[in-house]
Amino acid sequence: MLLEATGLGKSYGALKVVDDVSIAVDAGDALGIIGPNGAGKSTLFNLIAGSVRPNRGTIRLAGRDITALSAAARCRAGIGRSFQIPRPWVGLTVYENLLVAAEFGAGEAAAMAGSDCLAILDRLGLGHLADVPAGRLRLLERKRLELARGLATRPRVLLLDEIAGGLTDLECESLIEAIRGIRKEGVAIIWIEHVVHALFAVVDRLAVISFGAKIAEGDPQEVFASRQVQEIYLGVPA
Amino acid sequence: MTMTVAMPGRLPRSVMPVRLAILAAVVLAMASVPLWASGGSQRLLVEFMTYVALAQLWNLMAGYAGLISIGQQAFVGLGGYTLFSLAILAGVPPLLALPVAGFVAAIVAWPTALVAFRLSGPYFAIGTWVIAEVYRLGFAQVGALGGGSGISLPVGLVKTISADRGTRDSIIYWITLAACVAVIGCIWALMRSRLGLGLAAIRDDEVAAESAGVVTRRLKLQVYVICAGVTGFLGALIFLQKLRISPEVAFSVNDWTVLVIFMVVIGGIGSIEGPLIGCLLFFVLREQFSDWGSWYMVGLGALSVATMLFARGGLWSLIAPRIGFRLFPVARAAPRRPS
Repeated sequence: MLLEATGLGKSYGALKVVDDVSIAVDAGDALGIIGPNGAGKSTLFNLIAGSVRPNRGTIRLAGRDITALSAAARCRAGIGRSFQIPRPWVGLTVYENLLVAAEFGAGEAAAMAGSDCLAILDRLGLGHLADVPAGRLRLLERKRLELARGLATRPRVLLLDEIAGGLTDLECESLIEAIRGIRKEGVAIIWIEHVVHALFAVVDRLAVISFGAKIAEGDPQEVFASRQVQEIYLGVPA
Repeated sequence: MTMTVAMPGRLPRSVMPVRLAILAAVVLAMASVPLWASGGSQRLLVEFMTYVALAQLWNLMAGYAGLISIGQQAFVGLGGYTLFSLAILAGVPPLLALPVAGFVAAIVAWPTALVAFRLSGPYFAIGTWVIAEVYRLGFAQVGALGGGSGISLPVGLVKTISADRGTRDSIIYWITLAACVAVIGCIWALMRSRLGLGLAAIRDDEVAAESAGVVTRRLKLQVYVICAGVTGFLGALIFLQKLRISPEVAFSVNDWTVLVIFMVVIGGIGSIEGPLIGCLLFFVLREQFSDWGSWYMVGLGALSVATMLFARGGLWSLIAPRIGFRLFPVARAAPRRPS
């Protein structure tokens, strides 16, 4: 397995935000994660990306234990991420935002050249905004910048946190195309998303998180149709 | 066919030589000051340039690396005291002791950082202040350096610089000018470098920077130690000009940190132009209104509050978008596409 998170747990006091969650993806896999708001999905990403330290569990990347590594070191090792609420560097241009990620995030892989950064921007429809300060971008552009920045670090595993919300059908289609393309290049994708049809167009496995615990994982259609999931989302009594 | 796209806030590349020529002309004009200006205005300019350099350094720490220190007086005092110790106790010529003072301040900054970096946010700010107080109290205990009442630089040592006061003032002026230009030049170069890119990312969003592979802690430590070293050098220079040092003055939080913060905040934090404008404004205000006594202080305070409430980016953030010009541009343009 490329990325293997085993028995991850994070508590704040008595509150278990993530409770014994294990997930694994191989190169080129695409795993979708759904769950109600506050279920601990973003915290799970923070644990994998290293922004938050887990209380329990281990994370392995290509067999190497990275649990003790900082977020920066994990990024260099190959874990790229996008933030649910976009965090662009507003004082830098869109192009410079990618340069930072390329220069610092690539680790042992060769850093992307400026032209590669521009190619990513073009691919995500941000090319014409390259020299604009990122602070001037609108929300949807910021979301795409999150994805672009994640890609510029040359990730082996890419964590996407709700990047499809608020898109028009056409924009959503092009986003799906872009993510499929990334996947084809051998990048493993873990995608948290509420826009289920977008998710289903890309992922081949679906995991459901509720109250911090993983309650189901498997074929997207089957998992989504399962009684447990219907219960969580629609309140159908068990 | 090449298309010219209007890019806000960006000038064509060809402007760069013109800009450098203008900056060089300003530096040359400044360098000629001792040849024609009075001793008084020369000393005022030395003070001004010292503050420009201190403000640039504080801005590098707070504006870019996110290190809000209110304890930079620790390194001003340390630099000053190192110079006086070396001169008085070991007979080292003061001009030679200047770089040593900077070096010592940088070395001491290392363990200091290990303590201070355990704190974050407001605790870091207060921690640096407390550390500076510890240094002040420490130097007040040293009898050989005059204890709490301070000590003067012996005339014999002063004369090793030059027997003539005018020449001495000129030498100190030129050293200060060189230091000030070097600080601005190095920070400008740094901001255009790879590390500057990382620092700008830390400035705008530290969590995102860390997640994109910027090792924020190491970068911050480097900035802290380097700023301490240069601040120590400036401190030594300040007290070489004053010829007298005491713990109260050397480790004054008001003189070496609060005023500097005022300048950076008023001028515009997170840019090179901002601190420069802030220093100019402060000196103009001080020369015009300081005889208003406490009303002058009330005015300065009101100006700070107004800036923080209505123009958090300082004066430069109001000016820059209107004129679409950067004196010290740092932005990297995207490579041109073949069309």
